[in-house]
Amino acid sequence: MHRSTYLVSKLAWAAFTILFVIVLNFFLFRILPGDPARAGVRDPRLTAEAQTAIRERFGLDKPVINCFASLNPLEPGDCAVNPLDTQFFIYAGNLLRGEFGISYHTNRPVVEVLGERLWNTLLLIGAGQILAIVLGMALGILAAWKAHTPVDYGALGFSLLAWSLPTFWLGIILLFWGSAYLGLPVGGKYTPGIDYANSWEQFADLARHLILPSLTYTIVFLGEYMLIMRSSLVDVLAEDYILTAKAKGLNHFQILKDHALKNAMLPMVTIIALNLGFTVAGAVQIESVFSWPGLGGAIYEAVNRRDYPMLQGAFLLLAVSVIIANLIAELLYSYLDPRVGRVNQS
Amino acid sequence: MEQATGGYRGVWRRLRRNPIGMIGLTMLVTAIVVALLAPWLSPYDPNAVSRVTIMDVYQPPSPEHWLGADDAGRDVLTNFLYGARVSLTVGFFASFIAVAIGGLLGLTAGFLGGRTEGVLMRFTDIMLVIPDLPLAVVIVALTKPSLTNIILVIGLLGWTSTARLVRAQTLSVKQRKFVLRARAIGAGNRYIMRRHIFPLVLPLLVVNTVLVISLAILNESTLSFLGLGDPATLSWGQMLNYAFTRGAMSAGAWWALIPPGFGIVWVVLACTLLGQGLEQALNPRLLTHHLAADRTLTALRRLPPDPAPSSEGIT
Repeated sequence: MHRSTYLVSKLAWAAFTILFVIVLNFFLFRILPGDPARAGVRDPRLTAEAQTAIRERFGLDKPVINCFASLNPLEPGDCAVNPLDTQFFIYAGNLLRGEFGISYHTNRPVVEVLGERLWNTLLLIGAGQILAIVLGMALGILAAWKAHTPVDYGALGFSLLAWSLPTFWLGIILLFWGSAYLGLPVGGKYTPGIDYANSWEQFADLARHLILPSLTYTIVFLGEYMLIMRSSLVDVLAEDYILTAKAKGLNHFQILKDHALKNAMLPMVTIIALNLGFTVAGAVQIESVFSWPGLGGAIYEAVNRRDYPMLQGAFLLLAVSVIIANLIAELLYSYLDPRVGRVNQS
Repeated sequence: MEQATGGYRGVWRRLRRNPIGMIGLTMLVTAIVVALLAPWLSPYDPNAVSRVTIMDVYQPPSPEHWLGADDAGRDVLTNFLYGARVSLTVGFFASFIAVAIGGLLGLTAGFLGGRTEGVLMRFTDIMLVIPDLPLAVVIVALTKPSLTNIILVIGLLGWTSTARLVRAQTLSVKQRKFVLRARAIGAGNRYIMRRHIFPLVLPLLVVNTVLVISLAILNESTLSFLGLGDPATLSWGQMLNYAFTRGAMSAGAWWALIPPGFGIVWVVLACTLLGQGLEQALNPRLLTHHLAADRTLTALRRLPPDPAPSSEGIT
């Protein structure tokens, strides 16, 4: 397969996956009880005009979709209906215009709320992931180099334990400990009701709020990165060319740096990409525990407030972010390993 | 992973000599026994009607309540023991669903190949990219949060890694000489699948099941913690949800927060260790590397083979 063909096929595939998520998101919320748009219409506190406005906005008087798919088997879809004039395409059109609905709780457009929160999530994930990757790789290299020694077993034990910890529980424990003994804030992004003298003070306050959540993140992911780095490096170190390098008289540091690490890095990139789903799961849990105003926290709040438009929007945004991040990781991978994409992928 | 050598008796013999696997097995069996014996081990009846005064709420550990009392004045130890039942039930049933779907899809895709494989693996890829937990949260939030729904959702979303693993294994088994020979003498697809391919995929499936159980238990506890648990049962995740949302943090009631989390870690760790042990017992190849040889020759001889899990196992 030619390289540009490879890129195009990856892009097309990501676009198709996003489309699948949009369809899934629409039908999940329409089929299952608790349809956001309908629930809004049924609310008795709304005036008749408001109900009509909602109905028109989401096209609720229109069929869900025409005869291609009917949600109600007793009421088959009508093929005479223009397919573009159905609820599904109105929904898709609204999405394209950035209209995700209106949050029941805050009464603000969902897209506005989520836009603010996306950055907070990226900040938290960024801080946690970078720490986890750097520390995990360092520990993994150490464990592989000292394989089958107490250092190695200690590191392995730690990573197994870290992997078994439920993220939210680790967060609770750290919160308990950090707020009681270290005087760290119990949640949120800033201390409420403070006028900062300068932006430095504001940054310091943010950093203090960021310590515990990002520490939780780091511990949860550190173990896994360490394990992967270790096992892939151990595999590489068993190769014969390492023995050759050793026979040439190179020292351990040179062998690790110039011969082993480059080949051991590829699985790391794959794992970081594959982990994006778990990263998002971690964000939901950590942001819930620390009341961090991010996308994951939005999901938690939306569930507990039965704020369906918010839930629908947050899920869509999370899923699309993961798909795009995955695409970037795949393209990066093909750049790092020139063999990928040259041959036909089986 | 290579073919299981020496049959299942051989695997059991190697597992028995594998300390990691045996620790995991012992931990898992302990958890199952505790769950089964909960009514006899518990100091109180969890369903008994009790009169609770303000003094009973978050009562610290005492001779009457070894692990203290929770937000409703109930005995934490009793809830903890009964919680094991819920978590293990969800873990076993959900992983059974996940492994059945994943195994079937992986076998079919790997064996039939061609367009069927393309479609099935493309679908698997899509499901692999969509983040599991948020999707599970959405589905459980929109349906009634009940134990059955949680099991179904976790099972129906958790099959992707199994499908990929099983497909890869099927592909490699399919190329073996005896399969080609069976085909040459006229054996049908179903016969070859049942007699030749499935037995060689099964060991991998067993290891995978153990790991999927741990994931399912983690997912259940997370969903319950987020407030999506079955209100009629009290799982470990739900104990944590109640404690966290009803003031255990400000009351300093660590006894309501530590035991449920400890239970989850215990079971998940047990499954992970058992999975590692099984993997090594099924795939007994000693890994050495050239930088270790000069310093730790003696250590290498004594110690078990490389305990690192495969990347598939852990993701």
